[in-house]
Amino acid sequence: MYLDSKDRRPAMTPKLALRVAIIGGLALAMFAVVFFRLWYLQVLSGDRYLAEANDNQVREVKVPAPRGEIVDRNGQVLVDNRVGLAVKVTPDKLPAEGEARDQLYRRLGDVLGLKPPKIEKGVDEQLEEQPFSAATVEQDVKLPLVQYILEHKEQFPGATVERVFLRSYPHKKIGAHLFGTVGEVTQEQMKDERYRGVALGDRVGQGGVEYTYDRFLRGINGATRLQVDALGTLRGEGAVKEPVQGKQLRLSVDFDVQQVGQQALGDYRGGFVAMDVKNGEVLALGSNPSFDPNQFARVVKPSDFKRLTSEDNGAPLTNRAIQSVYPTGSTFKLITAAAALEEGITTPTETQVDGGSLNVGGQVFQNAGGAAYGTLALPKALQVSSDVFFYRLGQEANSAGDGLAIQRWAERLGFGQETGIDLPGEATGLVPSPEWRNRLYKKELTDRPWSVGDNINLSVGQGDLQADPLQLAVAYATVANGGTVVTPHLAQRVEDSGGRALQEFDPSSQRKVSIDPANRQAIMSGLRAAANAPGGTSTDVFKDFPVDVAGKTGTAERNGQEDQSWYVALAPYPNPRYVVAVTAEEGGFGAETAAPAARRILAALFDLKKEEDKVVEGSSRTR
Amino acid sequence: MQAASLGTTVKEFRQAGQRRPGVFQRLDPLLILAALGLVVCSVYTIGTATVDDIPGDPRHYMLRQAIYCAVGLGLMLVLARIDYSRFRELRLGLYGVLLGLLALTMLVGTTTRGAKRVIDLPFFEVQTSELGKVILILALAAFVIDGSRRLSERETTSRIILVALVPALLVIAQPDLGSGLVYLVIAPALLFVAGTKWTHFAALGGILAAAIAIVLIAAPAVGVEVLKPYQLDRLTAFVHPSDDPQEQGYQLNQSITAIGAGQKTGRGAEEATQTKLDFLPEHHTDFVFSVVGEEFGFMGAAVVLSLYALLIWRSLRILTMAKNLYGALIAGGITAMLMFQLFVNVGMTIGIMPITGVTLPLMSYGGSSVITTFLALGLLQSIHVQARDTAAAKGRESFA
Repeated sequence: MYLDSKDRRPAMTPKLALRVAIIGGLALAMFAVVFFRLWYLQVLSGDRYLAEANDNQVREVKVPAPRGEIVDRNGQVLVDNRVGLAVKVTPDKLPAEGEARDQLYRRLGDVLGLKPPKIEKGVDEQLEEQPFSAATVEQDVKLPLVQYILEHKEQFPGATVERVFLRSYPHKKIGAHLFGTVGEVTQEQMKDERYRGVALGDRVGQGGVEYTYDRFLRGINGATRLQVDALGTLRGEGAVKEPVQGKQLRLSVDFDVQQVGQQALGDYRGGFVAMDVKNGEVLALGSNPSFDPNQFARVVKPSDFKRLTSEDNGAPLTNRAIQSVYPTGSTFKLITAAAALEEGITTPTETQVDGGSLNVGGQVFQNAGGAAYGTLALPKALQVSSDVFFYRLGQEANSAGDGLAIQRWAERLGFGQETGIDLPGEATGLVPSPEWRNRLYKKELTDRPWSVGDNINLSVGQGDLQADPLQLAVAYATVANGGTVVTPHLAQRVEDSGGRALQEFDPSSQRKVSIDPANRQAIMSGLRAAANAPGGTSTDVFKDFPVDVAGKTGTAERNGQEDQSWYVALAPYPNPRYVVAVTAEEGGFGAETAAPAARRILAALFDLKKEEDKVVEGSSRTR
Repeated sequence: MQAASLGTTVKEFRQAGQRRPGVFQRLDPLLILAALGLVVCSVYTIGTATVDDIPGDPRHYMLRQAIYCAVGLGLMLVLARIDYSRFRELRLGLYGVLLGLLALTMLVGTTTRGAKRVIDLPFFEVQTSELGKVILILALAAFVIDGSRRLSERETTSRIILVALVPALLVIAQPDLGSGLVYLVIAPALLFVAGTKWTHFAALGGILAAAIAIVLIAAPAVGVEVLKPYQLDRLTAFVHPSDDPQEQGYQLNQSITAIGAGQKTGRGAEEATQTKLDFLPEHHTDFVFSVVGEEFGFMGAAVVLSLYALLIWRSLRILTMAKNLYGALIAGGITAMLMFQLFVNVGMTIGIMPITGVTLPLMSYGGSSVITTFLALGLLQSIHVQARDTAAAKGRESFA
């Protein structure tokens, strides 16, 4: 019918059989290839792909680690953590961008006292970095506000309250300048090598030892592993990696000394240091006025920040012990004395006559209060703080040799440079020299070139000299310990939470300065007499003190201000263990304000409880 | 008593010998077994893979796939009862329908993801290129027979290739590169079974190599876009999957990871995160084999591949049984279609073949694909039934 002759049943020809066999062979070969490939993928490399598949689906949400605690040398807690309530917004429940979200930010802003655009900016930045983690609106929100938000949940869609670790400073203003603050890492800091491993939103030390030892104090953030799909949508919660608290930092600071030091300054603006003269361990270092670092747990309002930095309020954030530089007044005479003795300008026994004034080319330099001390050698000149004696040394030093004896020794003893203490933001200060002033003069930044009068002013710590209390302490310590310029430091060691040492800090001393023992003895005896012998500038402060003290007063004249009071003490004499340097802005004479404060600090250092609160004002009106 | 009894027995025996067995008894049971096995695997795999795909409707894809399979099975049984030889008469009509369907798709087709591949019917979207595969086989096999006396002439070979090339290009233009390539494979497969000379295949191979060179290298170099850029990317991604993990390499990497993670015995439906969390693209269509690999491991993949091996073995056997050349050619075309789709699709999921968008017969989700495959199997069954009939008739002749 419809089958034409061409389509008869073909006999199974050998030709067709061959071709069918070829097709079958091809199929076999392909199956073999597929099986081998599957064997390779699933049996031989299965583990690797399984790991890859598991990695694929997991995103981590940060669980912040508490920072390590900071304790004093006796283990007293100076900085610890407390749990605060943070208001956050969760990305998956946040209303869609637009009016609804703006409304949420407005309401949160109303409750928390923040500006809505600021909230939006902060949240957006955090979500960009950590798309699955809740973004913080405000840390440390007071309970009533939190309750309000929780009770009116429908008005705050997407807002949650979480417990967060915040820094807590149980002693408030005491030692505030040492610890520094903790704040969210900035974009700038993220680029810095020292913040490697820190994620945006993490809180890092922004000052003080929190900054210097951040890598120890910083813990290891934990994580909650979330299962997400290819589009990043949350599908479930997985394992939790516990956060690891940062290491404990033990400071060489003695809390009692620190506390007494800050009380001793009273209402004066100023700074103080108590340091071990041999190894540079700082036992106390403080500044007045101080501030309560607890307020930095919250987002600091610009108005608050202004209050903390404005000069009118005494710029409480400034650490006057290491960041404010002043002329040091007569406390500088130790440096002048060391320079003159070591450079052969005078000897311990060479005498001069102090007639009350020194006339240099028509310019008259006088003792304070018009006093005249008569014939005296160097120790006695230190004891009574004869300006005229040191004016002469300054005058001679200006013409002897290269004329830079005082400058050279000032620099050897650590002036005009950072001491290297483990706190950020240290000032360098200034040691005036002919080169420095003449350079300014050439640039017309000053009205006159260097003259001998500048060196005379320098010899008694006046004029252009700029130094901070810590630099002075280091210089005194160097003379006291026989020539070792120590590097002041606060950190003793890093330890685990049980107090077992993990790493000791032992900064080697910066360098040695060669000081003839006889010269050292002349200076030390002069300082001791100044604090003990009749006529000594601070004798009436220290004469009843149970420990033998050597010390020097200083009264620095400052333009447009009352005199600044200085005192540096070394104790116990003759082989001092501690140096204490105190300055009080507008504190008047050294014996008046700084010496009594130093006395109290020394009392705390030597654990003389009865003396700690005793204010013994000196009557000396010397510079 | 005894004799009567014997007489009755003999009579019954003779009657029984003359009664033709029913169509169902003359089907190839192993072919049905392979198809049913694959259908079960498909419905189960798609069911587990798509639980979360449509919220509130966890069985959306599974139910539909089951319905497609049931309809496909029914159509297969209907087709098995028809003598396929009748289609030879209709060859011009079939070819016309094929071109008409493809043209209609171009005109009224629904555009999804930049491609016009389907015609929207009230209850069903028809992917015409899928259906076209079977129609092309029926028509082309008939054309081959028309020229079977002049098979050794180059003109015959060229004409057959050209006849296939027209619909193939229409499909590639949709664009549906995968199906287009199936069309292009069917033509030489038919010629191969019909007995075309080796030299002709060598020449075709040469032309193919030149065409690939032009499409992939020369044409882009002079700014002529033969393939869409994404098609080119997909074709070449398997050579270097990690180069561009965001794009085509991504699918490939995720697929390999899914299969590898299945290890020997699979991760189970619940733990198969590559599938569950949508890392695996197209997990119910083009990459369904990767789901099998991840959920059921090497064992599961081996079971599925064994079912395909059974399917291909039966197809080849039916090729050799066919009562006429037309049946042999149809079986050859279908075998080639199944083999090509199987190896290109599976090869794609394991990273040894380019990503071309070829579906895995019977496993991939999709009504057109499933039903087309079942139609092809129906034709195979028809060839089997006809062959058994012819053999039985010959047996009776010789018996008489």
